Amino acid sequence: MEAEGRVPGPPLHPPPAAAAAAGGGAEPEPPAGAAGAARAPPPAAAAVLEFDDDEDDLEVFSKDASLAEANSFSPSMPTSPSSMINQYKFEDEPELRDLFITVDDPESHITAIETFITYRVVTKTSRSEFDSSEYEVRRRYQDFLWLKSKLEEAHPTLIIPPLPEKFIMKGMVERFSDEFIETRRKALHKFLNRIADHPTLTFNEDFKIFLTAQAWELSSHKKQGPGLLSRMGQTVRAVASSVRGGVKNRPEMFTEMNDYMETFSQKINVLDKIAHRIYKEEREYFNEMKEYGPIHTLWSASEEDIADSLKGVASCIDKCCKATEKRMAGLSENLLPIIHEYVLYSEILMGVLKRRDQIQGELNSKVDALANKKAEKDLITEEIGKLEDKVECANNALKADWDRWKQNMQYDMRSAFTNVADNNLRYYEECLATWESFLTSQTADLHLEEVSEDRP
Amino acid sequence: MESAAAEPSRSRPEEGEEEGEADGAAPGSGPPPAEQPPAPAAATMEDCLAKKIEITVSEAEKRTGRNAVNMQETYTAYLIETRAIESQNEGQCSPVDSLWRRYSEFELLRNYLLVTYPHIVVPPLPEKRADFVWHKLSADNMDPDFVERRRIGLENFLLRVASHPVLCQDNIFYSFLTQEGGWKEMVNETGFQLKADSRLKALNATFRVKNPDKRFTELKHYSDELQSIISHLLRVRARVADRLYGVYKVHGNYGRVFSEWSAIEKEMGDGLQSAGHHMDVGCIVTRYAASIDDILEEEEHYADQLKEYLFYAEALRAVCRKHELMQYDLEMAAQDLTSKKQQCEELATGTVRTFSLKGMTSKLFGQETPEQREAKIKVLEEQIQEGEEQLKSKNLEGRDFVKSAWADIERFKEQKNRDLKEALISYAVMQISMCKKGIQVWTNAKECFSKM
Repeated sequence: MEAEGRVPGPPLHPPPAAAAAAGGGAEPEPPAGAAGAARAPPPAAAAVLEFDDDEDDLEVFSKDASLAEANSFSPSMPTSPSSMINQYKFEDEPELRDLFITVDDPESHITAIETFITYRVVTKTSRSEFDSSEYEVRRRYQDFLWLKSKLEEAHPTLIIPPLPEKFIMKGMVERFSDEFIETRRKALHKFLNRIADHPTLTFNEDFKIFLTAQAWELSSHKKQGPGLLSRMGQTVRAVASSVRGGVKNRPEMFTEMNDYMETFSQKINVLDKIAHRIYKEEREYFNEMKEYGPIHTLWSASEEDIADSLKGVASCIDKCCKATEKRMAGLSENLLPIIHEYVLYSEILMGVLKRRDQIQGELNSKVDALANKKAEKDLITEEIGKLEDKVECANNALKADWDRWKQNMQYDMRSAFTNVADNNLRYYEECLATWESFLTSQTADLHLEEVSEDRP
Repeated sequence: MESAAAEPSRSRPEEGEEEGEADGAAPGSGPPPAEQPPAPAAATMEDCLAKKIEITVSEAEKRTGRNAVNMQETYTAYLIETRAIESQNEGQCSPVDSLWRRYSEFELLRNYLLVTYPHIVVPPLPEKRADFVWHKLSADNMDPDFVERRRIGLENFLLRVASHPVLCQDNIFYSFLTQEGGWKEMVNETGFQLKADSRLKALNATFRVKNPDKRFTELKHYSDELQSIISHLLRVRARVADRLYGVYKVHGNYGRVFSEWSAIEKEMGDGLQSAGHHMDVGCIVTRYAASIDDILEEEEHYADQLKEYLFYAEALRAVCRKHELMQYDLEMAAQDLTSKKQQCEELATGTVRTFSLKGMTSKLFGQETPEQREAKIKVLEEQIQEGEEQLKSKNLEGRDFVKSAWADIERFKEQKNRDLKEALISYAVMQISMCKKGIQVWTNAKECFSKM
């Protein structure tokens, strides 16, 4: 009930101009009118926050059959509701969103060598850079991994959204179980949409290719480019710099960020554990409750006078049992995935900070080299100049993205926990209603009995 | 001074509360007279002891003492307080009488009642050992929660007996409430243990009885079902309680992590943990987690109400068993009489209709003399006459038993239906209260989250 009300809620897509300006000069093609504020100004607390599609919106809409029918594609699959949200928002703020992506329709592919799943990725856009206004391609997990690594390469100090993990170790979820696939599909959907919403990443060339190229085109494109080795090189350097215990001349701001991320990472992991534990306890409670109601029904069979009361209690317990099930579902569809994403984000952010440090480290070593070498001063000075620019861009990019990330994180956390509260409220309200109606029926009977006793 | 050795101290003339007053008893009162006047009809509800005196089991105390084999033991003693009700209405506060009893004395009282009033569904005692425990409660008899619930159960037992139209008039019961010293001896002097039917005898009767009253057979089945269903219910309830406890308690973990998290989030801080504002998430979830203790404590009382009827099932079966025993006895007596009559007839007419060893031996070793036969016939005729009288009285006894037992069973059924319905309603009330608390907690939490 409340969840539905939240969907077309206040959070809006910030004016791309303002947010994109933070990208800085080195980033590919910020949209026209990039001049302006260096970061997204928050007019009102909730209003400006980046609107990531919430998972609960997915659920809300897919339960609403009327809306599903209205949608033109994939009537059998739970319709990609974000497309509907996007359509809604498109009507509302036409100038803001011009790229709509959905991930759905998982399909199994069996070859001689392996079995894998592909997902359908549908893109609708009004951007001129795209040749067509609608694309439909199939992608597998590997392709997403590739995209992520390309984005990290191109934007080492931007916060690239998390991908679902390769495997899930905990929880006995089979690799290709329906549950696993669905969870992954939702996460992949979120991944692409987060990129689409990112003021800089959304214009990344590899991203465009990912969305539009046919399978063979993508394969050949993948083969080009620096590839795995250079990525590893980056990681090695990043690790090396961290071993030295933090880089010299690191701006205070980034040390603060580092400290923050360490604590955040700790806390989010604890939250993750707690949330899972709660889910587990709720499930076990549900399992016991399933048995509890029917006993009363069984008992009513041996009774006469109190048979109705017993059946009433049985029915109440059964209804509460169903309500518990809904509450559990809410937890697993909303809070758990979001917390999990931020667990992944905390790792990503630590990585981003390291990469920034590493860029700084390059500058530092050049500066050191200048101090030591007498010859080649001009060359080194020129290189230092370039590196200083690079560092400044990296810092700005990170700072802006960091602010953006924080706002989104707060929004996501707030909505996730509010959703938990709503779920619990709904649960208690349902249970309350069912017990109250039982009580009314019982006391009404008593009253009737008293009245009939008084009569001669 | 054997006094009422073989007679139950049944009727207690109704009136005031002072000890030892025996109205209408035989003159020269001191020890109870050998013959009691016929028991008056069962007291009406208004006359029940429960209306006249207030009975409470107000305290429980750990004691150590020496037991029968002179070994040291620890036990719990319960304080029984009684106070007359009538004088309260006149604005006077009557004095409270009190004495201490331990659980074994309650058991002794109940056993006495069982034997003395076999046609009554005797109220059960609370369990001796903690059963159907869920993890929070310990199975320890010395555990204060267990002792407390037992105290309530014992009080309930006394109130049940005191409000029973027949049982409340019993002398021994009254003395249990009022006479500290010498009560045990008094009970034992009634010799009720001798009257108790042996378990073996009862079992035998149950298997062999041919024509028990159908209602008792049905009642036995019902009590079996009731017992099995309620114990199943209590077991599952205990497990559900355990799980519910887990759910609530785990939420408590949120408290600390939220406050630690809010320390690093300047913006979110206000929602997660407002400085100086007591309504922060950490506080809310901690209280939420703690609230389950009270909730489950209340539910224990509900479980105890059900448990009482679980134990009542056994009392019902006891009445059924008594009926079967009496009926079997009757059938055996009738059978015995028939065979004696037959024997008599055979001797008289000289025809041997049934094979008997006697018949064979007399064939082999010669007939009896007519005098011997006459003597035998005479003995048999006496026995037959005795037997017929016995049979008549047994028949009467049996019918009386069935009548009075069934009356009490009807009374019990109504009590059971009332009580159980009430218990179910109170369960619903508890659930409603729990839901309302939950709504309050999560509304507050939601508000806090919205400020994140």
